[in-house]
Amino acid sequence: MSQSKTRNSKAVSYNKWGYIFLIPFIVVYLLFQLVPLVTTIYYSFFDYYRMGLVYYGPFANGINNYTQIINDGYIFTYFKNTIIMWIIGFVPQILVSLLLGAWFSDNRLRLKGESFFKTVIYLPNLIMASAFAMLFFTLTSERGPINQILTGLHIIKEPYIFLDHTAGARGLVGFMNFIMWFGNTTILLLAGMLGIDVSLFEAAEVDGATSNQKFFRITLPLLRPILVYVLITSLIGGLQMFDVPQILTKGSGAPMETTKTLIMYLNEYIKITKNYGMAGAISVILFVLTGILSVIVFQFSDNKTKVK
Amino acid sequence: MRKKALSVLLTTAMVASMFTACGSKDSNSNSSTGGSGSDKNHEYTVSNGGKVLNIYVWNDEFINRMKDHMPGYVADEKDPLLGTLDGVTVKWTQVASDNNAYQNNLDEKLQKQATAAADDKIDMFLMEADYALKYVDSNYTVPVDKLGITADDTKNMYKYTKDVVTDANGQLKGLSWQGCPGILFYNRAAAKEVLGTDDQAEVQKAVADWDTYVATAQKMVDAGYKMTATSNDTYRVYSNNVTTKWVEDGKVNVDANIKKWAEDTKKLVDMKACGTADLWSDDWSAGFYPTGKVFCYFGPAWLINFCMAADKEGSIAYEGGWGATEGPQGFFWGGTWIAGCDFTDNADLVKKIMINMTCTDDILVDIVVKDNDFTNSKPVMEALANGTKKVQDADGNEVEYSSPVFGGINPLSFYAKSADKIDLSKLTGYDQGCNEKFQQAMKNYFLGECSYDEALKLFYKDIKVVYPNLKTE
Repeated sequence: MSQSKTRNSKAVSYNKWGYIFLIPFIVVYLLFQLVPLVTTIYYSFFDYYRMGLVYYGPFANGINNYTQIINDGYIFTYFKNTIIMWIIGFVPQILVSLLLGAWFSDNRLRLKGESFFKTVIYLPNLIMASAFAMLFFTLTSERGPINQILTGLHIIKEPYIFLDHTAGARGLVGFMNFIMWFGNTTILLLAGMLGIDVSLFEAAEVDGATSNQKFFRITLPLLRPILVYVLITSLIGGLQMFDVPQILTKGSGAPMETTKTLIMYLNEYIKITKNYGMAGAISVILFVLTGILSVIVFQFSDNKTKVK
Repeated sequence: MRKKALSVLLTTAMVASMFTACGSKDSNSNSSTGGSGSDKNHEYTVSNGGKVLNIYVWNDEFINRMKDHMPGYVADEKDPLLGTLDGVTVKWTQVASDNNAYQNNLDEKLQKQATAAADDKIDMFLMEADYALKYVDSNYTVPVDKLGITADDTKNMYKYTKDVVTDANGQLKGLSWQGCPGILFYNRAAAKEVLGTDDQAEVQKAVADWDTYVATAQKMVDAGYKMTATSNDTYRVYSNNVTTKWVEDGKVNVDANIKKWAEDTKKLVDMKACGTADLWSDDWSAGFYPTGKVFCYFGPAWLINFCMAADKEGSIAYEGGWGATEGPQGFFWGGTWIAGCDFTDNADLVKKIMINMTCTDDILVDIVVKDNDFTNSKPVMEALANGTKKVQDADGNEVEYSSPVFGGINPLSFYAKSADKIDLSKLTGYDQGCNEKFQQAMKNYFLGECSYDEALKLFYKDIKVVYPNLKTE
């Protein structure tokens, strides 16, 4: 009894320090995360915006902002755009990453300069998305190098202006997201693959399994938790897609708003008129969406522990 | 116990955050009464003795004008955004106007103007015609007579440059050194090749009205030229010749001439007489060089000096290859007005800059000669246009003014003619948003992505975001 009591008191004194060390985080979190979060939700029930030098509101208007967003229906279009562009970027991303991960983790291949290539494929992620978007804007413009090469080689007759066509613009956004993120995904998948017990592969080899069989029967099933994690984080990141299409299309989501994403919609309201009411309502809807996706992640990680 | 303490802490944090929310609400609703409308009896707080003169600009045009022409102004050798004038540090704040960024920044700073530290108070800021009314009709701009500038000082200015910045009570609240009547610049080599002559009178016949303009465009396309670089080049020419305002009784209104722009431009885009890139893009400025194969640009005098690469070897302007003519309709584009800001602590310097840069004939002539600009003094411009006023050439001889960009032709008479016709009675404070969003929406129509009505619907939707208080159809 007395022993356990002393252990307890020791633990308490250590716990105290734990809380003290947490204070900076809690304070910063309260000031810069929780307060804005609560005010965002609060103002989403108000008419509150600025017209140039004049403020209107805040006047309470119940759920008017929400009904207006739903009735306008643009949020569904923008949600669709976001998901389409995310898929265009994610499918090649996961395929290329799996392939690269398998190559890098394969002991029998013994690739040379592995760390060099790992760095190179990660590099695009280090460039600012805005700089990257500007670069592609110039590359694909009417008189840009890509069109000059294609017309010069007589592959196409007239310049193809990517950003003037829905397929071209969406494809470009998807492609840029692919280039920027496949390195990151490769590193994640590679970590998962290296965590697989080598003896499994050796046993399979002894049984005469081919490389394909090893990949589809051993690597993929054991990689499932990591794949799910990659999928969900990428989807949440994808929902917040903003910088690339914003800069590529100068915020217009051209052509005909087919590249306008949810966050561009939000930005439109906050940028000029500081429309805290409407922007708040959009944020809350996005918050709920992301929340649902997070719950799914928790579900998956729970399953994992149950299996074990 | 600890759990209880934690929950108390969290609850307090929640409640506290609610109070913060209420607090900010109060302060904001206060400012709503302070920012609207221009009050005739407003007491302007202007003083002298400030150590820093803060000037807000969206590009370096005025910075360079000051450097080149303002007596006593010394630019810092290293930092382009610093200088000194009469012992006072001049600090430039440059924010580009894309996506409204310049105004957003200015609006935010203006609202803190009363409480800002002396060295941070804005003393002077620049504004464009598209949104000048917004600031002129507020108490943030000081009437020029409060700064000691008299009606006699401004008597030679073009009337429209004063109309733009006169508030509802008739107070003049800003001044400009330039007039921005627009004309048509044509590529003389292209004119010779396609029209057979580069003579001004003959070219004018080919672009005399919009129907002949479209017919000429077809000839240009057949010869491998574009009529204009982009679809937006002609926009100002149409939008300045409207008969109704963008906003009538709080409702957005598309004028017949604006609609005509959309229709004509659709034709031009379909016949590939122009591209659909934005103004200022690389595809737009490609035509400044012979390889760009663009027949004409519409613009005021500042376009030449500021944009058309006149100082770059190989450009058409450098070779003196542009011609000038009136074009289908008279118009104006842009123009920069200087306004003194309420709470300035350098009122005398603001006055000095305004007097020197906008009301002094010699400096206005210098700007014409050095920068190919068209400046804001009717008698001086007319004298330069008809040759009665001479300027000094490189060797110090008295000669008639001519512009090297136009191969030694004096373009001022076209500007002067156009300047007299400028009518700004249809201007509203909403013009910038309406112009920008309309062009953006119509681009989809030009590209064949949607019908005119669908593009119009998109425009109405966009305009409601920028101006939530307006009604649309």
